[in-house]
Amino acid sequence: MVEQWTISEIRSKLLKGAISAKELIQELLSYIENHNSYINAYLTITAESALKEAEEFDNNRKLLEEKPLGGVPIAIKDCLCTRFIRTTCASKILENFVPPYDATCVEKLRKAGAIIVGKTNMDEFAMGSTTEHSAFGPTRNPWDTDRVPGGSSGGSAAAVASGMAPCALGTDTGGSIRLPSFYCGVLGLKPTYGRVSRYGLIAFASSLDQAGPIARTVEDLAILAEVISGYDPKDTTSVKKEVPRFSEILGTPVKGIRIGIPKEYFQHSIDPEIERAVEESIKVFRTLGVDFVEVSLPHTDYGVAAYYIIAPAEASSNLARYDGVKYGFRSPTEKPDLMEMYLNTRAKGFGAEVKRRIMLGTYALSAGYYDAYYIKASKVRRLIQQDFLKAFEKCDALITPVAPLQPFKIGEKLEDPLALYLVDVFTLPASLAGIPGMSVPCGLSSRGLPVGFQLLGKYFDEEILFRLAYAYHREIAYSPQIAILS
Amino acid sequence: MKYEAVIGLEVHIQLLTETKIFCGCSTRFGDAPNTNVCPVCLGMPGVLPVLNKKVVDFAIKLALATNCSIAPVSQFARKNYFYPDLPKNYQISQYEKPIAEHGWLEIDTQNGPKKIGIRRIHMEEDAGKLIHDESKPVSYVDFNRTGVPLLEIVSEPDIRTPEEAAQYLKTLRDIVVYLEICDGNMEEGSFRCDANISLRPMGSTELGVKTELKNMNSFKNVQKALEFEIRRQSALLDRGEKVVQETRLWDAARGVTVGMRTKEEEQDYRYFPDPDLVPVVVDKEWIDEVKNTVPELPRDKKLRFMDQYGLPEYDAEILVSDRHLADYFEETIVRFNRPKTVSNWILTELLRELNQRECSITQCPVSPERLAELLQLIDDETISAKIGKSVFEEMFSTGKSARTIVEEKGLKQVTDTDLLEKVVSEVLEQHPKEVEKYLGGAEKVIGFFVGQVMRKTQGKANPKLVNELLRKKLEEKRSK
Ligand SMILES: [Zn+2]
Repeated sequence: MVEQWTISEIRSKLLKGAISAKELIQELLSYIENHNSYINAYLTITAESALKEAEEFDNNRKLLEEKPLGGVPIAIKDCLCTRFIRTTCASKILENFVPPYDATCVEKLRKAGAIIVGKTNMDEFAMGSTTEHSAFGPTRNPWDTDRVPGGSSGGSAAAVASGMAPCALGTDTGGSIRLPSFYCGVLGLKPTYGRVSRYGLIAFASSLDQAGPIARTVEDLAILAEVISGYDPKDTTSVKKEVPRFSEILGTPVKGIRIGIPKEYFQHSIDPEIERAVEESIKVFRTLGVDFVEVSLPHTDYGVAAYYIIAPAEASSNLARYDGVKYGFRSPTEKPDLMEMYLNTRAKGFGAEVKRRIMLGTYALSAGYYDAYYIKASKVRRLIQQDFLKAFEKCDALITPVAPLQPFKIGEKLEDPLALYLVDVFTLPASLAGIPGMSVPCGLSSRGLPVGFQLLGKYFDEEILFRLAYAYHREIAYSPQIAILS
Repeated sequence: MKYEAVIGLEVHIQLLTETKIFCGCSTRFGDAPNTNVCPVCLGMPGVLPVLNKKVVDFAIKLALATNCSIAPVSQFARKNYFYPDLPKNYQISQYEKPIAEHGWLEIDTQNGPKKIGIRRIHMEEDAGKLIHDESKPVSYVDFNRTGVPLLEIVSEPDIRTPEEAAQYLKTLRDIVVYLEICDGNMEEGSFRCDANISLRPMGSTELGVKTELKNMNSFKNVQKALEFEIRRQSALLDRGEKVVQETRLWDAARGVTVGMRTKEEEQDYRYFPDPDLVPVVVDKEWIDEVKNTVPELPRDKKLRFMDQYGLPEYDAEILVSDRHLADYFEETIVRFNRPKTVSNWILTELLRELNQRECSITQCPVSPERLAELLQLIDDETISAKIGKSVFEEMFSTGKSARTIVEEKGLKQVTDTDLLEKVVSEVLEQHPKEVEKYLGGAEKVIGFFVGQVMRKTQGKANPKLVNELLRKKLEEKRSK
């Protein structure tokens, strides 16, 4: 049963004493034990520390009452540092890395009383859209275990969708929260760049990375977003802005809100069921008094090209530190030779996709190519930002598909990186612009796979995304289901 | 053929901030390896740099002192290269948008003052240190120095001779020490210099092929390396050969530069703006705030001392070599306004005592007020200059004031004519032979008599008065 519960249900049951925190964690752990072996959502399960923390709550009711997330289990993507808990980035190069510090967003969750039950699988260093690029095997989509869960936060999304956690943290660099949330039929928020501290988020592309929550209901998503947001002196790119009480504005009427439909997003070949889901949701919004207007984001199609210059360029530098000198994997060498140690360590420690992107990025930054690639891509990025600013002169939010394809078979696109890169075509522009985006599930398609849509908002206006998603789910009487696992 | 050298210098200075540039670790030198480190300066996964504002203060300070324009917005960039002493395998530096540009400083040369352009000043982090085990094929890394803040100061190629290069370095070092942003210690590596040098035929305005010289750890070595490089490049050009663009290391023991890597072997650092650090915004208020902390610079002070106090260049140069010594001088003359006398005392007595005790002027036990009091006692003839010197030594070792010492030891100069007359008569009576000599025309003997009188009065007699009395008495004898 615990696998079904939302955060608010867990909280009320704990506070009423219907279940103890320890019992709750024990039940969840045994559920995880039964199902993780074939979903492979978790890379590390922190049973011991989770049970210990639960006992503390059972021994101290005051603590349980005071903390907004007291006793609530949560799964954390394995690129977010967790103090004294192995943090691998799903890479062999960090296989045994145990950070002595928490990421700021993790620290905030702990302070709020959340109990970490495990670290979730992902594409190695968050580079991928399917969670197939993990050094520890792919994660399976709980709705159809032959299919990918999306990525790179596939482990977090699959854990939440399958009931192995009520909620989770993921990270999004080009769609890595929104796509797996879509593919697994849960809610996922990529906050505005600068809303959530990046301290302790193991960098893939620093100018794009942003941690965010994944949950089964809008309320749960809002509570988590509230907890993890806010300025952090340890991250100077985080922004000093007050964090709204997202959970308290959910019921605000949406009548009169104007949503833009970017025409470029619908000129692609999109899976008809996905397109229909977006159209249906537009109808629902209309009945709520929401107005729609067509807008243009003319540089949308350049997003993929710009992203695959900027993100690998930053990654090539961010990942240089994994060299075998200080921590993580070090390959043995035949001779005591520095260059050999570097080469062997990185050749054996990184997977193929990571190496591909490091090479792409190194090339893009090289003398003689920098202007043609990195500078050009940065200019395109500014144009995409301007597209959004212009569009938002006419509307308050945007609605788009999350991806052009429904979840595909594991291995199906592995040999065609370019086709995989195109899966992110609708999520990348918001990442490049730094605006907030949310993946909202609608239900299941005829094939029994989740469908949904993406909402995009103005800078630091996550509020409107929460209001819209909440109103929509209330209107269609959405009740979150967890994938039935055999 | 006659050639002209075109020289530009790149200086790295280690800043005297308490903490590192991007984390809170101490910058202290000499601690046990890897004790001043944290996840940030160790480049652990997920950590982020946070800029130490003090580093920007220091950069602004130096920019103001070298007449640079300060960028309202500057940006950090990553310089990417692999080396074990660099934990992130990139150095956070500044590239396209440095904090300051287009400045100059003036140096003194044989042909008078000369302006040397400053191309740019930028902020960056230092790397760690490798320690090689001699017995095993193993190296260790000490990350204590990793993240210690540096400023790089790049000159324009305005320098023409090795002497000018040394003079530029000396002037720049005096400035950074005066600003109290760097201790200026070249041997310990807190003030480092690389040089770029090319030759061209005298009168030509085109630039020749340059070499970059590294590994020079004193002003003298910079000068020697440049002199060697001029000889080496001249010989090549004279033979009709080409200078290869390369980096060369100065080998101080052999007195030669040795090729290290050519331009083709240079690393491609793949600079790009560091996305972890927001641009550094410096507004007018910030600059004004720092401006108030910029002291008068050494060269300006030297010229002022010569002009305002009429001191010779030699005196002024020594006095301004240390900001606190110059302050000491000026605080003394406020109370005893004879600049040259004060300068003489500082340059001889004071510096000698300080050197003997190996202490700095800031630890000097004799305050400017007390030195002024001593000089006043000499001036008004309460004590003689000679006694003054021993009183000064006493002040230094006991910390007592001049007046106290003079009183306690009864050193007051004897100016009592009656008393001195008695002593003078005694001396003349005791030395009739010398009196005869004097009367016979050997007037130099008077010095002998003075000495005798001083001995009898333990040096306290006023020499001028003694002289007068002696002459009077002797002349009296003559006329008898
Ligand atoms: Zn540190």
